[in-house]
Amino acid sequence: MTALRPYQALLARDLRLAFRRRADLLLPLGFAVLVVLLFGIALGGTPERLAPVSAPVIWVTVLLAGFLSLDGLFRPDVDDGTLDQWLAGPTSIVGLMYAKALAHWLLYGVGLTLSTPLLAMLLNLPVDLLPVMLAALAIGTLGATQIGIIAAALTARLRRSGILLALIVMPLYLPLLIFGSGAVDAVRLGESPKGALLLLAAQTVLLLTLAPPAAAAALRIGSDNPP
Amino acid sequence: MLQAESLTCLRDEEALFAPIDIDLPPGHLLVLEGRNGAGKTTLLRALLGLHPLTAKSLHFRGTDVLRERHALCSGALWLGHLLALKGDLTVRENLRYNLAIGDEDAAEDVDELCANLGIAGYEDTPTRSLSAGQRKRAALARLAASRRPLWLLDEPFANLDGPGMAVVERLLATHLARGGSAMLTSHGVLPITLPATTVRLEHAR
Amino acid sequence: MNPVWRWFHQLGSPPYFYRFATRWMPWFGISALLLTVIGMYLGFVEAPADYLQGDSFRIMYIHVPAAWMSMFIYGVMALNGAIALIWRIKLSELLFLSCAPIGAMFTAITLITGMFWGKPTWGAYWVWDARLTSELVLLFLYFGVIGLASAYDDLRQGARAAAVLALVGVVNVPIIHFSVKWWNTLHQGETVRIMGKSSIDSSMLWPLLIMALATKLYFVFALLLRTRSALAEQERGKQWLREAMVEAA
Repeated sequence: MTALRPYQALLARDLRLAFRRRADLLLPLGFAVLVVLLFGIALGGTPERLAPVSAPVIWVTVLLAGFLSLDGLFRPDVDDGTLDQWLAGPTSIVGLMYAKALAHWLLYGVGLTLSTPLLAMLLNLPVDLLPVMLAALAIGTLGATQIGIIAAALTARLRRSGILLALIVMPLYLPLLIFGSGAVDAVRLGESPKGALLLLAAQTVLLLTLAPPAAAAALRIGSDNPP
Repeated sequence: MLQAESLTCLRDEEALFAPIDIDLPPGHLLVLEGRNGAGKTTLLRALLGLHPLTAKSLHFRGTDVLRERHALCSGALWLGHLLALKGDLTVRENLRYNLAIGDEDAAEDVDELCANLGIAGYEDTPTRSLSAGQRKRAALARLAASRRPLWLLDEPFANLDGPGMAVVERLLATHLARGGSAMLTSHGVLPITLPATTVRLEHAR
Repeated sequence: MNPVWRWFHQLGSPPYFYRFATRWMPWFGISALLLTVIGMYLGFVEAPADYLQGDSFRIMYIHVPAAWMSMFIYGVMALNGAIALIWRIKLSELLFLSCAPIGAMFTAITLITGMFWGKPTWGAYWVWDARLTSELVLLFLYFGVIGLASAYDDLRQGARAAAVLALVGVVNVPIIHFSVKWWNTLHQGETVRIMGKSSIDSSMLWPLLIMALATKLYFVFALLLRTRSALAEQERGKQWLREAMVEAA
């Protein structure tokens, strides 16, 4: 397993860094609960009105909460010279992008997916929809992370990236959102969610093959002209 | 180790400094001199493929670097202005990670390395709580552990006190004695007595 | 070397391109203007009213060519982006950057005319039709490209970063289109269609083709104009540029 050593090291480092700042890991969850609170209030809070929209609202909330973590994905590595060391070293940048994406998904994708029962409870999501919701979110957030690393890599060397990051990421999220909430809708309407879940998975697989190389190419772009 | 003919870096397709020749055999030290902005840092980055360069010829241990732009990446160790240390990680964790990411053997004992660099007792301190000089020493620990034949050091003496500079000189002497080479940048008088070739970067034209 | 290939090589050199653009730009501009006037006249005056949609269908003569252009320009832009990334040709970077605002304009025209056409046809300005939704996403991709390119201090870095995004978009636009279509069948049963039967009378077809040609010519005109001024900005102070400017004056 020595061939994987650099990538394991990066994965371990990212997880360790995140757990050194444990409180920050809860911020996306707090944000998600707040968004759900706003929706709950705006929709009047009655179960009859909440139940049909709860799945789409959870999807949008999770995507937004995950989006918030993207700005910090590469910026610290740019600021302290880590990124330049990657580019100057013998290790494959594409491989490092896989490690980076895996760490991000484990921290935010899995984290937010595991917290959906809480959001589901607040929004009166019918209990029989919860399994398909969790499955769709687990797959969909993995795809969303891939879109995220491209966008984060493209904006890593910019001084500010907030709204630009949103502009890049949100349109690309659309298919994930469609198939993700489509799968839940199918179950709600008494149909099989298989088709939607497969299309969601197919997209995530496609993103997994394309996004890390694209992110690696994006990170190389700013290297001439150091800050 | 490293031979170059008419080498210069490009910025907006124009030469950054007058072309230089480099001949750096194993066991030798080369010092790049020049005023601020002359292109010393850029030259080191360019050798590693991080910046465009042009040359009549450029070879690293027999490999044509002009064809294989990343030829130096596996054989050279670069220490830039930014130390690539994570403030939240300890000296030990940073060193382990840095060695693993370059896939280098970390045979040396971290405690011994730290003792050699004069930061004994700080192995498990987050680098955030170290002073600038101590952080620099923590970054230099990577040099002591590395087996890469060529060192590219950007201002290795910056932020260091007298004993710290002596540590760098000792590291360099050991490295050269093992048959390694080093290239370092400086804009002033070097605080070391090792024999070195000097190359000065002058304005283009 | 094949003459066509050699011509492309020459075109890649900034001085040659600058002179080429200066010489041909007016011709493209004038012919685009003429064809637009003819196409508009034929479409808005000569062509008979549609038996189903009355006069409102005439907005098609703007909507459809603009929609074609919005996608065509994205293709040209992505192609130039790929060339800029692979061969690092400076001119391709500029062509790439110049495509984006023109494409965004055509996309915006498509959306606005689509909404005005939608009101009498479907009774709503906006319907979540696969094509309209894809156009909206396309507009945001154009905005993303423009925004990213201008966020970089270095023009060339910005161009290459935006080119990566444009290529990501190439993969994604078909997926987005397909997914919105799939979503439509799930939620609305059948997709709403703007045009009924594809059989269209030749008196209605001619103006459409003329307008399509006019927008293509306008695109070339605008592309040459924008790229030429970007080139002049980037190469300012260079000897060849001064000579070329004297020649042009």
